[in-house]
Amino acid sequence: MNIQETYSSLGLSDFEYDRILELMGRAPNYLELSLFSVMWSEHCGYKNSRPLLGRFPNEGPRVLQGPGENAGVVEVGDGWALAFKMESHNHPSAVEPYEGAATGVGGIIRDILAMGARPVALLNALRFGPLTDERNRYFFREAVRGIGGYGNAVGVPTVGGEVEFAPAYSGNPLVNAMCVGLVRSGDLVRARAVGEGNLVVLFGARTGRDGIHGATFASDELSEDSEEKRPNVQVGDPFAGKMLIESSLQLLEEGLLVSLQDLGAAGITSSASEMAAKGGVGIEIDAALVPLREEGMEPWEIVISESQERMLAVVEPEKAEEVLKVAERYELDAAVVGRVAGHGDLRILNGGEAVGTVPALYLADAPVYEREVIAPAYLEEVQELDLEELPRPEDYGSVLRTMLAHPNLCSRRSVYEQYDHQVGTDTVVLPGADAAVMRIKGTSLGFAVTTDCGGRHCYLDPKGGGAAAVAEAYRNLSCVGAEPVAVTDCLNMGSPEKPDAYYQFASCIEGMAEACESLGTPVVSGNVSLYNETEHGAIYPTPAVGMVGVFRDVSLHATPGIKREGDEVLIAGNFQPVLGGSEYLELVHGRVAGAPPTPDLVPEKAVADAVRRAISAGLVDTVHDLSGGGLAVALAEMTMYGGIGAEVQVLPGGRQDVTLFGEVGGCVLLAIPGEKLGELEGHLKGVPYTRIGRTGGERLSIAGLVDASIVDASIDELRAAYERDLFERYAPEGGRFE
Amino acid sequence: MGGGTVRIGVTVFPGSNCDRDALYAIQRAGAEPVELWHADANLKGVEAVVVPGGFSYGDYLRPGAIARFAKVMAPLEEFASAGGPVLGVCNGFQVLTEAHLLPGALLRNTHMRFVCSRALVRFESVQTPWTSLFEPGDRLTLPVAHNEGNYFADEKTIAELEDEGRVVLRYMDNPNGSVNDIAGICSEGRNVVGLMPHPERASDPTLGFGEGLKVFESVLSFAGIKA
Repeated sequence: MNIQETYSSLGLSDFEYDRILELMGRAPNYLELSLFSVMWSEHCGYKNSRPLLGRFPNEGPRVLQGPGENAGVVEVGDGWALAFKMESHNHPSAVEPYEGAATGVGGIIRDILAMGARPVALLNALRFGPLTDERNRYFFREAVRGIGGYGNAVGVPTVGGEVEFAPAYSGNPLVNAMCVGLVRSGDLVRARAVGEGNLVVLFGARTGRDGIHGATFASDELSEDSEEKRPNVQVGDPFAGKMLIESSLQLLEEGLLVSLQDLGAAGITSSASEMAAKGGVGIEIDAALVPLREEGMEPWEIVISESQERMLAVVEPEKAEEVLKVAERYELDAAVVGRVAGHGDLRILNGGEAVGTVPALYLADAPVYEREVIAPAYLEEVQELDLEELPRPEDYGSVLRTMLAHPNLCSRRSVYEQYDHQVGTDTVVLPGADAAVMRIKGTSLGFAVTTDCGGRHCYLDPKGGGAAAVAEAYRNLSCVGAEPVAVTDCLNMGSPEKPDAYYQFASCIEGMAEACESLGTPVVSGNVSLYNETEHGAIYPTPAVGMVGVFRDVSLHATPGIKREGDEVLIAGNFQPVLGGSEYLELVHGRVAGAPPTPDLVPEKAVADAVRRAISAGLVDTVHDLSGGGLAVALAEMTMYGGIGAEVQVLPGGRQDVTLFGEVGGCVLLAIPGEKLGELEGHLKGVPYTRIGRTGGERLSIAGLVDASIVDASIDELRAAYERDLFERYAPEGGRFE
Repeated sequence: MGGGTVRIGVTVFPGSNCDRDALYAIQRAGAEPVELWHADANLKGVEAVVVPGGFSYGDYLRPGAIARFAKVMAPLEEFASAGGPVLGVCNGFQVLTEAHLLPGALLRNTHMRFVCSRALVRFESVQTPWTSLFEPGDRLTLPVAHNEGNYFADEKTIAELEDEGRVVLRYMDNPNGSVNDIAGICSEGRNVVGLMPHPERASDPTLGFGEGLKVFESVLSFAGIKA
């Protein structure tokens, strides 16, 4: 191989190689080139995203740590803080879904751990192609098994998340994992190497050849050849992961560490160079001192290996022995592998002899590509929608049951039952509600967390979709009664080198940023996953939003299930549903088209805040976000969850399918005893609301203005459709999908 | 209770993950929780022991198969033989069957999936140190979370368990395919109990389930009588 073939095979461009030559003032050796290759990959270097990410607001009164560390941190109260982050594991999951998903969970747990926090909640945002395809079913089944296989064993509950299916994800599933950790704000740790002469300790699992060049692989499009990258996929060991959690927390508790960093993409190279760059120091790593899993590994392999379940710590020399002892107590391998130096370089040694030297700042400073944002031609075309072309359903009840059984709307029980969502005994609201609710033991405090994103919406209207994802997360947290605080995100996009995908990327960020500013929820951590493309094209732009909210008194929360007979049912918000981009339009009419509802952030915030105040005042305990599937689906969920029916009259105007199944932002359903209505009205000042019916009985009955009954179904009938097992074949009424 | 607070131990194996939940429930029940590290052959003078759930040693080889050889198990087996109250929950149940302190085995769930849900169970026999505050026929919703919860034993053993009133807990809606809907059993001496459902997860009304705490309160009244 000549030099050009070598750097090309490592994923570096001609321009990037020239830049390396210029920086170094000499030709790098293979090891040094490998260091640049992984650190300048899109995955580690954020080459295409850095200029765009600067658009996000990062500051807020509760923010203790914004972007730039292993996770963002926000204050809850009474000295408690939450560290959280979301990260993608799409590419590995596309070739080896079980391990890809499992190591995604392991990786995000270590990010939280590196902040000094105990991981207490996991969520995941998943996207797959339609389940009619055997390969998509395989991705789905194995990714879910992998998430459970790791999360269940390490004892961190998986409390929420989302899963959706669309043809755009066929062959390129999305696996995003989010973790929330709990920490005393005074005990926060940062990944900054300091103190010349301090030692660098590697502890955890041994280092093998797995995941070599994983970061580079994750920065390319998927193709037929991706199968050959299977050796690039890391293998997880949740047992070692669990030992790593307990040992790291003990090391921190005993004050034995100066700083801590997890090993993820690009392994030792990334961790060491980031710690050095942040601390303004150098780090020397002797590859010969790294405990190995297999023989004959070259130094370059050792320093870029992505073997899982490892952490890197900076330790004062006199404490090193004690650190090794703690690792031994947890049956982990640990070794002093290097030291902090004054020279500012990442220097790799092999048995004391330098085999590669690169200034840490160069590695941290990947080139940045700013591209032109050009509105794609497809947008105008897909936004066209003539309602007159759409036949009106003859039987709305049948349409409702069909929608309730669709993989995008049906119960997620068959997924979340495979995840231990109660270990840790802090889960206050179980999966299935608008957001997960967790308590903080020994206090009245709690937090809620959700992940949200409408890929189809972002495809039809990237900016509006980005804003809608943030707005929906804000609304979901408010619907359980939590005060939304801050955001982590995982921006899953196609190739930034293609104008359409780059436009989607930039526009989603613009929409999200506007919503974050308007709603007062800064972005404190995040991750970007680009090149999500197969030979059939790019995925839907899918900027998954993970939002965290807090409770002063977690006992004052709400859930969607109807609690009592005779409650008044209300819609709060400006209920003006549209069919553009709706689930109904795709599931029933086979169209991905139209203009989705544009988020109106000021009223959005007013409704969510009013509802939250009513919950916090102990006035309302039954609240549900109105989202995918529209009013009829939301009402059906409330009756099924609570086991109590409802009689509702739909509002005047327009087509009945628009009213029943159309979608709209900024609207929330509530059920409340009649005698409390007066008090509720005080909270809803300035917010439009309408009484639409009453709870009771065992049926969901929806009357139209003209027709006395347009939907009349027993809860059992609704459940028969909704409670399908997503991993089993399903024969629908209409026979259109399984 | 003889003076001091009752001390209840919780074994901690590498990979246990319900140990902290059990310690918390014990504390809520009014006893002093004591961590029993797997590598120490010492029960620290506790009056009852909980073997908690989780994935001891990663469940590698077979759930519970490696944990039974941990150093803490020798004094635990002695303690059990002497009539000391021992409760195994989930992975703890699996450990106790592997250690032959309880008969039978926990196989893969028949549907071959991990299941985390709430199971309605009925108390069958309550004459054990861990269930004395319940009445036979009491129904309770308890969390379950397992991959291998399918209780199995040969016909003769099952007949003995049934005849001797050693089936402690039975599922009303079997989540894992276990024989005779068995969710929990006790030893011949009745002091060792294994439960697949998690009482420690149902020990706090804040989480919507509080009645599981009576399992820990039961052993307190038992220990109290003993003292």
